[in-house]
Amino acid sequence: MSDLTPGGTSESGRGGVSWYEASARQRVRLLLDAGSFTEFVGPEQRETSPHLQVFDLPEQFDDGMVVGAGTLGGGAVLVAAQEGRFMGGAFGEVHGAKLTGLLRAARDLTSTPVLILFDTGGVRLQEANAGELAIAEIMRAVVEARHAGVTVLGLVGGRSGCFGGGGLIAGCCSALAVSEQGRIGVSGPEVIETNRGVEEFDSKDRPLVWRTTGGKHRRLIGGADAFADDTVDAFRACALDLLRTTGPLTLDTLRNEQARLRERLDRFGACADARDVWAKRGVDDAGAVPGLPADDFIALAGRVAEPSHDAR
Amino acid sequence: MTLDEILQSLFPDGHDIARTDGLLSGSATMKGGAVAAVIGVEGRAPLGVDGALKLGGHVLDALERGGDAPVIVLVDSDSQRMSKRDELLGLNEFLAHLAKGLILADLRGRPTVGILYGHTAAGAFIATALATRVLVGLPGAEPEVMDLPSMARVTKLSVEVLTEKARSTPVFAPGLDNLARTGGVLETWDPSKPLADQLAAVLGRADTRDRRDALGKERGGRPKAADIAERVRELATRAG
Repeated sequence: MSDLTPGGTSESGRGGVSWYEASARQRVRLLLDAGSFTEFVGPEQRETSPHLQVFDLPEQFDDGMVVGAGTLGGGAVLVAAQEGRFMGGAFGEVHGAKLTGLLRAARDLTSTPVLILFDTGGVRLQEANAGELAIAEIMRAVVEARHAGVTVLGLVGGRSGCFGGGGLIAGCCSALAVSEQGRIGVSGPEVIETNRGVEEFDSKDRPLVWRTTGGKHRRLIGGADAFADDTVDAFRACALDLLRTTGPLTLDTLRNEQARLRERLDRFGACADARDVWAKRGVDDAGAVPGLPADDFIALAGRVAEPSHDAR
Repeated sequence: MTLDEILQSLFPDGHDIARTDGLLSGSATMKGGAVAAVIGVEGRAPLGVDGALKLGGHVLDALERGGDAPVIVLVDSDSQRMSKRDELLGLNEFLAHLAKGLILADLRGRPTVGILYGHTAAGAFIATALATRVLVGLPGAEPEVMDLPSMARVTKLSVEVLTEKARSTPVFAPGLDNLARTGGVLETWDPSKPLADQLAAVLGRADTRDRRDALGKERGGRPKAADIAERVRELATRAG
């Protein structure tokens, strides 16, 4: 616990523990009702990656993924959390298979919600084919679970953000809660720079990176449904709220999403910068958005961001 | 095979497929008369927000029309379009939208078949060919997860080291055979025989459950995924 940033305090005892700073296990333990979490195929089983040795890379006994069951606000949930400090939270064979199995159980159970605590750069390139397939299987399992009536929530606020195939999985979830630190995208800034040059995207321009992929932009453009301050308490409140508002995935859901994304392209497709998007969205002082405290930003987003229920 | 040859061999009874900006969308007559929906990417085009939304809309239109005819996805693409604009607009949502449409099609009784006849990579691959029920390859297809220069940037390993590893490590290396070993590609078709027959044969082997991890175990490319997933599924089902 020594690496946690103690912020405020609250009656839950979670206090203002920083989501960004917490490990995957700490997030799960503090997010769920106290003492309710049971892990499946935990580190004591030592199910390590069968592939990392080839690259002389260290293994981790849980392969960077924690999955299990517990309760949230008294209701049963299944939960998965990625450890962003191990291999950047990347999807490898074992890492991904745990989440696939959890989602398949949710599909079969048809009513127990799933929380995915994303913290990932995408596919673990050292086992690229296995990781890519894991992403595809997880997306399939998310859609199968949602089609069966299960709510699948994504929470994004870790140090590795949610990139590559992780971004696509996030796009399959029923709803997303995101903090300012929760960057979401497909191609990371370094990859765009490598492929297209620094003129296209300067990965060292941190303000540019944050306003293009960060949580505030995602919330304002409709890529996330709720914005959380960087505390476990705030994510818990968002998760409880989103669980009450989401329905199953149907053809109508995707029809609505088609219209939602069409409108986004029509309105913002010519914008050169996130600040232009925010201004068109109706934000009076777009330049002030990155500096807004969470409470003020949440109030702003509540005024200007479109609701996207049943359109995701 | 060129795309024209592929379409001719797949749909000898005719097709009506528009080809614009590297995107394919339309319909084709199957053996027996059913009219399949067809989407795809050609000419190694990158898949960005505009293309993904167009293809996704075509899939949803086909679902709206109803019936149980297949949805065919032909792929010779670049990776996802790598640009500031695409990321700014939320490319992850657009690619996920296309994938969700394809997966929903399958769940609603419209079998989806991916045909990889050229290159593909990364997010474009996940959103198209890998979102189908069955993925087949044609000889010469070149799937990869990420180009080596980008991999070098991300892994902090040199391109030389990665090239060497790619020769010796199937789970990491690009290529149709390596991907097939992980269970991602069901089979490679024989271009000297009518593709329509091979498509019909694949459709006849209906398996609506995702069995790619089991296939990867059988073939030795993914020794652990199927067992781990099943163990977690059993434990979670009991706990839930």
